[in-house]
Amino acid sequence: MSKVIYKRPRYLKPNIFHYCPGCGHSIIHRLIAEVLEELDIGEKAICVPPAGCAVLAYNYIDVDMGEAPHGRAAAVATGIKRMLPDRVVFTYQGDGDIAAIGTAEIIHAANRGERITAIFVNNGVYGMTGGQMAPTTLPGQISTTTPSGRDLRRDGPPLDLSEMLAIARGSVYIERTAVNSPKNIRNTKRAVEKAFKVQLADLGFSLVEILSQCPTNWKMTPQDSLKHIDNVVTKFYPLKVIKDETGL
Amino acid sequence: MSEKVLMRGTHVIGEAAIRAGCRFYAGYPITPQNELTEYMAAQMARYPGRVFIQAESELSAINMVIGASMAGARAMTSSSSPGISLKQEGISYLAGQELPAVIVNTVRGGPGLGNIAPTQGDYFQATRGGGHGDYRTIVLAPYSGQELADLTVKAFEYADRYRNPVMILADGMMGQMMEPVVLPEPIDPVTLPKGDYILDGAKGRPSRLVKSLYLDPPVMEEHNWKLFRKYQQIAREITTWEDFMIEDAKLVIVAYGTCARIAKGAIRRLREMDLKVGMLRPITLYPFPSKPMKELTLKVKSFLVIELSTGQMLEDVRLAVEGRAKVHFYGRPGGVVPTPDEIAKHTNLIYHRQGLEGEDYE
Ligand SMILES: Cc1ncc(C[n+]2csc(CCOP(=O)(O)OP(=O)(O)O)c2C)c(N)n1
Repeated sequence: MSKVIYKRPRYLKPNIFHYCPGCGHSIIHRLIAEVLEELDIGEKAICVPPAGCAVLAYNYIDVDMGEAPHGRAAAVATGIKRMLPDRVVFTYQGDGDIAAIGTAEIIHAANRGERITAIFVNNGVYGMTGGQMAPTTLPGQISTTTPSGRDLRRDGPPLDLSEMLAIARGSVYIERTAVNSPKNIRNTKRAVEKAFKVQLADLGFSLVEILSQCPTNWKMTPQDSLKHIDNVVTKFYPLKVIKDETGL
Repeated sequence: MSEKVLMRGTHVIGEAAIRAGCRFYAGYPITPQNELTEYMAAQMARYPGRVFIQAESELSAINMVIGASMAGARAMTSSSSPGISLKQEGISYLAGQELPAVIVNTVRGGPGLGNIAPTQGDYFQATRGGGHGDYRTIVLAPYSGQELADLTVKAFEYADRYRNPVMILADGMMGQMMEPVVLPEPIDPVTLPKGDYILDGAKGRPSRLVKSLYLDPPVMEEHNWKLFRKYQQIAREITTWEDFMIEDAKLVIVAYGTCARIAKGAIRRLREMDLKVGMLRPITLYPFPSKPMKELTLKVKSFLVIELSTGQMLEDVRLAVEGRAKVHFYGRPGGVVPTPDEIAKHTNLIYHRQGLEGEDYE
């Protein structure tokens, strides 16, 4: 008799991911689906996907989904959650979505202590539009709009959105994780689970920032992009619990 | 039937919305409509399960409304011109995602920061879409306290029936006006039917999706045609207008909202002078009452469009009459409100210049 050690999570649709080889989005989708199943909240979950590479998240994660305009996910999620306080409402946002065009919405949602969870996928670029500079693009990093590298004088330094959101008094749990190694993936799953538990316990706003590899736009092999997270990205964006006032 | 109460226009809209079962309101301060936001802040708190949020911007407010609407609630936001510009993104998404919502625009002077006086300069923005894409917003133009109440209720009904954003186009004059009003009977929101598209968690049913993204052009095209057919149906079913002293009229004024109110005063004066002047007052600006206007050209050859703008609805009137009648225009933009006397004088001039006093068309 063989034993099942891994199967497709219940809330992951049997569709083939459209993501580029080596992309972190697919791993993150799977982790979310696993957590939804393990916490048994898939039937009361509502996801607000972004404009970004994950715009088609609804092809993969099998929960109710309501598409938001680029950057507005936190406001849309606020409307849903306020009308359905006993559901689990989460946004899934790229770094351009949450840290550039959607800053006002996320800061005020966090500050109001909206009982929502934001999954913030930081890949350091605007992936969907072809690899332009994001607010999180690292100093010197080449992108299609920083052809000679991000210039701090011209472009300013990368934005520490999660740290900013930690200052907002309504946020209670913010952690930065990565999905570039089995250990980090496990840790990300734990963080996502905790963020949902924070929401279920009605404690306040929760967010998990996930450093995610983008081999295509970083112009690297998938393997190199994994190392790049350890060697470069985490030096600027350290993996850590940024805020935890949950008591969980 | 409830009895008459004396209420300010902004409060009438708020109270009618609450009685229509509005469960979610988000707003952001802007004059001249703050009393509506303040009314909602005070009143929504009195009902369990109803939510008022002062949003961080009009952009956020309309997106919160999108979320509340996805969750199946009757939802409303309100603002004035500059804030309505910010809401256009959300209105386009509401149209694309086929979500109901009510948006109140208490129009003020523009462009830019303009001023806070009553104008009708947002007619194009309201009726032509305002946001991007091939869509239409239902636009209702109340002209009295009673209509503020009645059309607010209609706005929610139309929004739900057609799954489309509905805009109430008023102005500061409507908002400040105190008139006796019969308020609608309150509806308990839990008695309203639940849409089969709403997002409330996929329990015992397949998961649902509310979206406006259609990457495949033929699929997007079909979505556009589907919306188009819906707009045609809307035009057939809800086009509303008022005929005023039109039977024997030789000159017909076309005006809506505040302007129509003033024009009525002018027409009464002109009638006393034996001038055969009437009015066609569009109540739905989209769908526009083009058909009755066109039919009117069989006997009326002179129209006078009066607007608090440099001429926006004027284009719709010209399109409706298709050159079958002469279309004159009188406009006061910028927040200047003409008096009935002023309109009477101007109408009189056109009436005589056109030689309408002598001949008889019949
Ligand atoms: C108002 C608006 N501006 C711009 C866009 C184009 N756009 C789509 S996704 C995107 C950014 C994507 O980057 P990010 O949020 O970092 O997510 P990623 O694709 O990298 O996952 C942009 C600018 C849009 N859809 N809407």
